[in-house]
Amino acid sequence: MINIIINKISRLLSGIGHRMIARIWRLGAGARLFILAIIYSGESFKRFHLTLREIYFTGVMSLLIIIVSAFFVGMVLALQGYNTLQKYGSSEAIGVLVALALVRELGPVVTALLFAGRAGTAITAEIGLMKTTEQLSAMEMMAVNPIARVVAPRFWAGVISMPILAALFSMVGVLGGYLVAVPLIGVDEGAFWSQMQANVDVRADIINGVIKSVVFGVACTMIALFEGFDAPPTAEGVSHATTRTVVISSLTVLGLDFVLTSFMLVV
Amino acid sequence: MERTKIDLWVGIFVALGAAALLGLAMKVGNLTSNKIGDTYHVSAAFENIGGLKPNAPVKSAGVVVGRVAEIGFDAKTYEAIVTIKIDKRYEFPKDTFANIYTAGLLGEQYVGLEAGGDEDVLKSGDKITQTQDAIVLEKMISQFLYSKASEAEADKSAPSAESTKDKSTELGDAPF
Repeated sequence: MINIIINKISRLLSGIGHRMIARIWRLGAGARLFILAIIYSGESFKRFHLTLREIYFTGVMSLLIIIVSAFFVGMVLALQGYNTLQKYGSSEAIGVLVALALVRELGPVVTALLFAGRAGTAITAEIGLMKTTEQLSAMEMMAVNPIARVVAPRFWAGVISMPILAALFSMVGVLGGYLVAVPLIGVDEGAFWSQMQANVDVRADIINGVIKSVVFGVACTMIALFEGFDAPPTAEGVSHATTRTVVISSLTVLGLDFVLTSFMLVV
Repeated sequence: MERTKIDLWVGIFVALGAAALLGLAMKVGNLTSNKIGDTYHVSAAFENIGGLKPNAPVKSAGVVVGRVAEIGFDAKTYEAIVTIKIDKRYEFPKDTFANIYTAGLLGEQYVGLEAGGDEDVLKSGDKITQTQDAIVLEKMISQFLYSKASEAEADKSAPSAESTKDKSTELGDAPF
């Protein structure tokens, strides 16, 4: 009886340990891929058309979803904010609320979440399928380094695209908030913009938002690339890897956001 | 290198991003309104500056004429030394009065300048001698409570029917 219990507990423990070791192995492998991507990134700048192509696929093709969602996020922020601010008789502060919420948090974070779903999944599926159809091995056979040829251009494309998309998100969101607050609700236009300009600081708010989006760009792209590289070469493996990309990217972005914000607010 | 359609789209994409960032800086942020031309520095000593922070506005008649450049502490007199930079276009008399005001009831604090009648004007490095400290809300409340308490003390020494009635309702409202 006791033997069985001990057996079960030890199996449970070894199962947990096995999973932990697998996770740590994946973390190490991901870090190695990151370093390799940076080391071999010379190629992606020398032959910049490779990177340009990836910017087109990850950045330009994401424009529509980013702009439309930013517009709606800005409009909803203005509606919700007005509803509460008006109770305290300070509905002019609506511009500050919309701008700060977008520039500091929603711009970088929502862009990163959308990016993970729109571009991250595509990267993972593409690389996973390349691996499944042995295109990566074929490249190695031809003495082409797949990290320099496949990983680095996609990495830099993601890192370049994300801040641009986040800045667009914030700007379009502010315009959406303006459309709801000024013509629709009737907040004074001058107060809307001047309060916003008085309270949004370029260094503390806008630059910090850009820093955040660059960090999220590195994290999201790297996770997508690694999941594609690490996917088992089967149809099921690629589908699982794609799911994991979205889940892990989203959690990483939200966690990193907290860490970055706590750094930025103290300093 | 031949030009492709992708190049064009990526170019548009990057230009849009740059425009958005510029728009954020100019239209949303305070890059433009923060700019004051050439300035001259003037210092003023306060016993208490409350919540005044560097870069807070300096206003005269409600118009922003400068910003707080630096806040220091004088260990000899135990006073706060506030250095303010004022736009060169605006000259103030030597006997200008510097106050620390609060925007709204609980808003941010700023320095208010009230011009005096002196013919000499303040120059860079001058010191404003007439200052008034920030009003600290806690201090005011404690003073108010203290004066109330002393009033109550005076009432107690001459008890009346009203005060005993007050006491009974007070006990009745007690939660136990």
